[in-house]
Amino acid sequence: MKSAVILFPGSNRDCDMIKALAQISGQPVATVWHAETELPDADLYVLPGGFSYGDYLRSGAIAARSHIMPALKAAADQGRHVLGVCNGFQMLTEAGLLPGALMRNASLHFVCKEIMLETISTNSAFTSHMEKGKVWRCPVAHHDGNYFTDAETLKELESEGRVAFRYADGTNPNGSLNDIAGITSAKGNVLGMMPHPENLFEDLHGGLEGRALFESVMQSLAA
Amino acid sequence: MKARVTVTLKNGVLDPQGKAIEGSLGSLGFEGVEGIRQGKVFDLELADRTDTQAKADIQAMCEQLLANTVIENYSIELI
Repeated sequence: MKSAVILFPGSNRDCDMIKALAQISGQPVATVWHAETELPDADLYVLPGGFSYGDYLRSGAIAARSHIMPALKAAADQGRHVLGVCNGFQMLTEAGLLPGALMRNASLHFVCKEIMLETISTNSAFTSHMEKGKVWRCPVAHHDGNYFTDAETLKELESEGRVAFRYADGTNPNGSLNDIAGITSAKGNVLGMMPHPENLFEDLHGGLEGRALFESVMQSLAA
Repeated sequence: MKARVTVTLKNGVLDPQGKAIEGSLGSLGFEGVEGIRQGKVFDLELADRTDTQAKADIQAMCEQLLANTVIENYSIELI
């Protein structure tokens, strides 16, 4: 699987993501500066976590209007896979690649801890090789992870199996609607999620639970 | 020419920051505050153009960047 990570001023989980992708895919990972207008050829494009543009205006808002975005939208339209984690998820909603918005955590606190995630839908490449219904540990670190959308869109997401992950065991850290932690696009080739699987993939992290997502997308795209 | 854009949360969108501010006013002793919604104000300075053109331009700016119309409303005032 060829992957590329897009970098923005204020990204800070880019190195974690590059390391996870490189180690799990066994292939070098391309990086793309946000001011570029063309993407290198890849199977998976990733928007990493961080605080692009200092979260000015709204989290992910400025990054979502950067020069590389039309190319990313075109790639998504052509069915290429796009993953946005944390700030990357915020960018995907701001760019209109995923519905809804990520608002300030209901507690108003920045949360940095481990939560439990349940894999809800396994009908996208990202999750098709994951175990449906499995509850797994994953770190979160965000201030704006409170997923919100209108009632009609929420119904669509639920009925179309587009809720990929939900916070489980009462660990919803941000007040998101229906405990939503990650959603996919209608075609299933775009995934946005608040938790950080790239921070739990080697022994030094204290666990390997995050690997399953990367391995799933790798297996799906190799098939 | 100058304009002011006011961005507010739509009805039905939870505003935990507004709630916290409301609570803080209560603890300062202000009574009868029945709700606060936090919003944003943008003051724009534009090169001269007609009012109609200015409003159309600012509306486009709001739709594309200044507001997130999933959760926010905006209003435009030429000043």
